[in-house]
Amino acid sequence: MIWGVLQFPGSCDERDALRACEIAGEGARLVWHESRDLDGVDGIVIPGGFSYGDYLRAGAIARFSPAMEAVAEAAAGGAPVLGICNGFQVLCEAGLLPGALLRNVELRFICRQADIVEERSGETLSIPMKHGEGRYYAPDELLEEMEARGQVAYRYAEGHNSNGSVRDIAGVRNEAGNVLGLMPHPEHAVDPLTGSTDGIKVFEAAAAAGTLA
Amino acid sequence: MTVGAPKHRELGLTDSEYELIVEKLGREPGDVELAMFSLLWSEHCAYKHSRKLLRQLPTEGERVVMGPGENAGAVDVGNGYAVAFKVESHNHPSAVEPFEGAATGVGGILRDVFAIGARPIAILDSLRFGELDSVRSRHLLDGAVRGIGHYGNSIGVPTVGGEIYFEEPYEHNCLVNAMCLGLAKTSEMVRAAAAGVGNAVVLMGASTGRDGIGGASVLASAELGEGDEAKRPTVQIGDPFEESKLLECCLELLEKGLLVSLQDLGAAGLTSSAGEMASAGGVGIDIDVAEVPLREADMEPFEIMVSESQERMLAVVEPARVEEVRAICEKWQTGSARIGVVTDSGLVRVLRGEEVCGEMPVEALVDGCPLYDLEPSEPESWIYGNRATLREGAGPEEELLALLSSPNVASKRWAFEQYDSLVGSRTVRRPGQADAAVLQLPEAGGAIGVSIDGNGRRVACDPYAGTIEAVLECAQNLACVGAEPLGLTNCLNFGNPEKPAGAWQVDRAVSGLAAACRALGVPVVGGNVSLYNEGPEGPIYPTPVVAMVGELPDPARVAGSAFAKEGDAIGLIGPFAPVLAGSELAKQRGQLDAGLPEPDIAAVTAACAIVRDAVRAGRLASAHDVSDGGLACALAECAIGGGTGCEANVEHLRERGCQPEEALFGEGTGGFVVSGDRATLEELGAVLIGTVGGEKIEIGAGDRSLSVPLDAAAEAWLSLPSRL
Repeated sequence: MIWGVLQFPGSCDERDALRACEIAGEGARLVWHESRDLDGVDGIVIPGGFSYGDYLRAGAIARFSPAMEAVAEAAAGGAPVLGICNGFQVLCEAGLLPGALLRNVELRFICRQADIVEERSGETLSIPMKHGEGRYYAPDELLEEMEARGQVAYRYAEGHNSNGSVRDIAGVRNEAGNVLGLMPHPEHAVDPLTGSTDGIKVFEAAAAAGTLA
Repeated sequence: MTVGAPKHRELGLTDSEYELIVEKLGREPGDVELAMFSLLWSEHCAYKHSRKLLRQLPTEGERVVMGPGENAGAVDVGNGYAVAFKVESHNHPSAVEPFEGAATGVGGILRDVFAIGARPIAILDSLRFGELDSVRSRHLLDGAVRGIGHYGNSIGVPTVGGEIYFEEPYEHNCLVNAMCLGLAKTSEMVRAAAAGVGNAVVLMGASTGRDGIGGASVLASAELGEGDEAKRPTVQIGDPFEESKLLECCLELLEKGLLVSLQDLGAAGLTSSAGEMASAGGVGIDIDVAEVPLREADMEPFEIMVSESQERMLAVVEPARVEEVRAICEKWQTGSARIGVVTDSGLVRVLRGEEVCGEMPVEALVDGCPLYDLEPSEPESWIYGNRATLREGAGPEEELLALLSSPNVASKRWAFEQYDSLVGSRTVRRPGQADAAVLQLPEAGGAIGVSIDGNGRRVACDPYAGTIEAVLECAQNLACVGAEPLGLTNCLNFGNPEKPAGAWQVDRAVSGLAAACRALGVPVVGGNVSLYNEGPEGPIYPTPVVAMVGELPDPARVAGSAFAKEGDAIGLIGPFAPVLAGSELAKQRGQLDAGLPEPDIAAVTAACAIVRDAVRAGRLASAHDVSDGGLACALAECAIGGGTGCEANVEHLRERGCQPEEALFGEGTGGFVVSGDRATLEELGAVLIGTVGGEKIEIGAGDRSLSVPLDAAAEAWLSLPSRL
């Protein structure tokens, strides 16, 4: 599994994602936002940060980049796509994932270790979150459909939903299952020295879902 | 000749300084020239009241790669890598507009670090506000914390540490000092000296607007007072996205070897960066303001030369490589314009097309400002106020809870959780986990520890001893994570040096800084001075903020500050002999007064070595230095952090002449609370004072013995958000 990590002006965690992909997969390289060519990678990570400054609305500009056109095509073809934090916001803006991310309920940026529960296995993972606009929202009707289709991928454990996300949702996937987005940062949980290693499981889950699709 | 020419006074120049300018030019300066002189001859740029004093600081050391005078200092961390670091103040802008003031403080210090070719890897900050019961202080705190977070989070550099104190004398003059660390390949580092006659001068980054005009002279070099709202246009507005692109662009240009030299545009904008580049290189520079990309078309030449618009860098480039440079700027969607040329004239010339708007010898402009001797005089008594907040007759348990909930001692989690402390994947110890931040450097092998400290209240009690304590506290914090100091930088925040008491504070503090650095063998690799921090209500507490970087071989062995395991023994290491003078308890009792005991630097240094070696060998379960609120608060912090109680007895300190309440809450340098295996602690020479475990914090201290439930202590210590 070779991952491509998108790099926009204003990306922050692209080097962290690159390093995590190298630990969790077989290799990774950066993909420049102006490139329509994904350079033959097997899957795509859209990293955290503030693409194009996020001055309009998080992810609202990045979705129009040439690289995102290529990602949409690859996603339609079943390639695994993992959006982390700003990457999750970009995927929602691009319509590749349902719902939207709103400002945190307390209107402040929060950086904190959080427990999230993998919906299917029930396994709890310790992964840091750090964002100002991470409150997941979707209308009730859509949420019911998503729940029925198994599109909720991760929920914050009890007491860990500090951004006010609806139904404690921390991450969702598309209907086909190959596009996954979450607010917490699995790329910052791949090294025991800097925290936990639970993030590796998120990369593995993303890769596996893509291959199955 | 100066009578009836008050313009220079409005710009902050004295009559005699003006006359000196006329003498050096051989004529009256024009408007552009006067504006440029007023900025470069301001305290902020010329250090005219501090430069003589700073000469006593030790700046040499085997590991020093860059020392004072460059954009940032740097120390060798092995394997061909260097760590660059610097602290700078943004006090007056933050007092006027805290969000933008703090944000651009971070932006400015980041530019200083990448200007020498280092990739920023961490931010720390040191903040001072008035007491939390003031609406204004809460507003400033909230704005400054959001501003730091906004800039640092958005640009992707982690904020890994810092400190915040709340004291009445900062009510009208808050302090916002921001620090940045960067990592560079030593071979790719670049200096700021312009070189190569005929080389192009290229301005990169944002366009130039009217923001921040006169910031260095008007805001940074005069006391605050009435009508500060009118100064709001002198505060700059930051754009971290613009800086993020500029940062990546500059690092790519340096990696490709396309720049001869690089300098950031900070205070005094183009004036200081062009002047200082020319001065450092012994050359002249011509700047054509008609070539500078502007936000507003009708800007005057002097406005263009003094604008403090953010996110700009000035580079010297060989003419044949200008197109290559501009192509890379284009890739990063950042602006670039060829605005001048390096000359052999020894002049800074400001042109608008063919028109000469100003022409000044570099030497006169940059190095010609007179340096002043201070006229220090020790005040006869305590010049600051006293306000008792603690109930008279309070017992030790009430005192402990009052101290733990004091905003100076209480956990600052509310603030540091608003900062991304993780981006970059280097953060081995996050804020609150250990006494110093720890960053791994896989490129260089090993890791660094970094700490920033400066308790102004104690410096106010005794500027000499208090400053030594600040340096020693940094060294102790580093020891707690197993780090050995490599270098120190500082930001000297003081009141008006032209007043005798202010002069005395600066003079004694710098002497203390020099003495401590010499005794520890730590070179001072850079610094910043912020004077005139006072208003009609009086001066701030003298606040030398010191920051120290140290190295440690194995980040996996770093101890935390919290107790790790029930049943572990608790030990006290170091020549700790606390007194109430200058303590948090003395403050709460309204008993502050001048005077502190003189620290025994050699004994503290020896204790640091014991703790450092023990941490490096993995022999300690926890290590925490004793600081604000004394030994009782240090024990409580270790217990709360570890989620376990403790039982201790501090009566041993009687042998060091301490009364029970001094043993509990007295403050002083040289104390470490460590925990671990009993036999190990004994081997290290620690005084065994207790055991980890239980659900209470129980401390025996004769007739002042106390027992407080862990929950109650934790509630007090975590109470900061409830008071905002």
